Amino acid sequence: MLRTRKNRYRELISMQNFPISADKSPNTVLEVITRLRVRDAMARKIHTARKTDTMRKIQLIMKANKISGVPITEEGRLVGMVSVDDILSAFDQGYIGEAADEHMTRKLVVLEDDMPLSFAISYFNKYPYHRFPVIDRERRLVGVISSRDVLTSLIRELDKEIQDLESRLEDESSRNESFIHREYIVKKFDFENAGHASYEIKKLLKEKMMPPKIVRRASVACYELEINVAIHSVGGRILFDLDDRQISITALDDGPGIEDVNQVLQEGYSTANEWIRTLGFGAGMGLPNTRRVSDDFDIRSKVGAGTLVRSVIRLDAPETAPEEGRKP
Amino acid sequence: MNIPELAGKLGAEILIPGAEDADVKTAYTSDLLSDVLGNAEDDAILITIQAHRNTVAVAFQVNAHAVLVCNGREVPPDMLEAARKEDIAVLRTKENQFLSSHRVHVALFGG
Repeated sequence: MLRTRKNRYRELISMQNFPISADKSPNTVLEVITRLRVRDAMARKIHTARKTDTMRKIQLIMKANKISGVPITEEGRLVGMVSVDDILSAFDQGYIGEAADEHMTRKLVVLEDDMPLSFAISYFNKYPYHRFPVIDRERRLVGVISSRDVLTSLIRELDKEIQDLESRLEDESSRNESFIHREYIVKKFDFENAGHASYEIKKLLKEKMMPPKIVRRASVACYELEINVAIHSVGGRILFDLDDRQISITALDDGPGIEDVNQVLQEGYSTANEWIRTLGFGAGMGLPNTRRVSDDFDIRSKVGAGTLVRSVIRLDAPETAPEEGRKP
Repeated sequence: MNIPELAGKLGAEILIPGAEDADVKTAYTSDLLSDVLGNAEDDAILITIQAHRNTVAVAFQVNAHAVLVCNGREVPPDMLEAARKEDIAVLRTKENQFLSSHRVHVALFGG
């Protein structure tokens, strides 16, 4: 089973016309890690303990299940974590018989289950831990994610992508989809080049003879997102994808992340400094503008990990498209 | 209305002439670039004191033909360069946005 699959990959790769263009393939990975959520990759079977449990009991849980950290919960909510290091200290300092309450780690780095998988990856790069507890919106512990879980889910998903590609290859002749992908780097405070992505995208869409309203909506969304990344993040990327159904513009940055995404969607809310404002930015209209020109709009953020904003403009439903904010 | 005629009526200085076939149909006055992006109509002249290259980028996104820089503000070379590249006219006047908006309205739509 595994061999046939492997052979099929080899066949695919050795083909003269490898179906993934060099331009497109890194994007497939990027697209997968932004589409998958932490909950898709995490382990749901968790071994927990209570804070009244002794350190010794927790050590036995670790041993029995071959794990190196035990979350401590109280009515389903995560209150602490006991690691192998904590157990070692307990042995060393003679409090292995005491309750976890006094000795567990309370300051935790956690992920939320609906964050994109890319956030988990940046956590593994940022922190020395090998696994993170995962909580839901009510702060209930719902899983644990390790770097191994991330890799496994990626392999599973990419495997699906390959299968997709194979089936698409089979009916290639009957369809004529055009995929265009572009990627632009946006650097912090680089107003010199901010606007570059939207400029290129506007040109490209005009060349493709897209309706002027669509062109304007896409380039406004792109410009706002680009400026946002330049102003508010440590730097990031703009991903542009066009197929026969839609235009998708994704802004992806590496931090610092937004505490309350609902707040930033309010018109007039801004954290921009005075200097930014003197340039005419920071009026708190960027994201509301972007949402208004989009048919689908999605924002995900996590403090310490980054922010992802996606604006989708559909090509097949111009009559249902939102007005571009023009007031009568 | 074409750029030279409009500039003449405003008594504005032409720093970059823009596209020859530009036909200015409306105007939008704002110093907030996101406001311009959200609300300016196509074929406008932007009336603003924001004299930097991002103003040109915004004008480009909303299909504006010209930027009118008010209060006689200094216009940096990179803004002029960007405008030349995009074929967007840059005009400058000593008057403020209020008076300029009035004059543009009179020029385009009469009294």
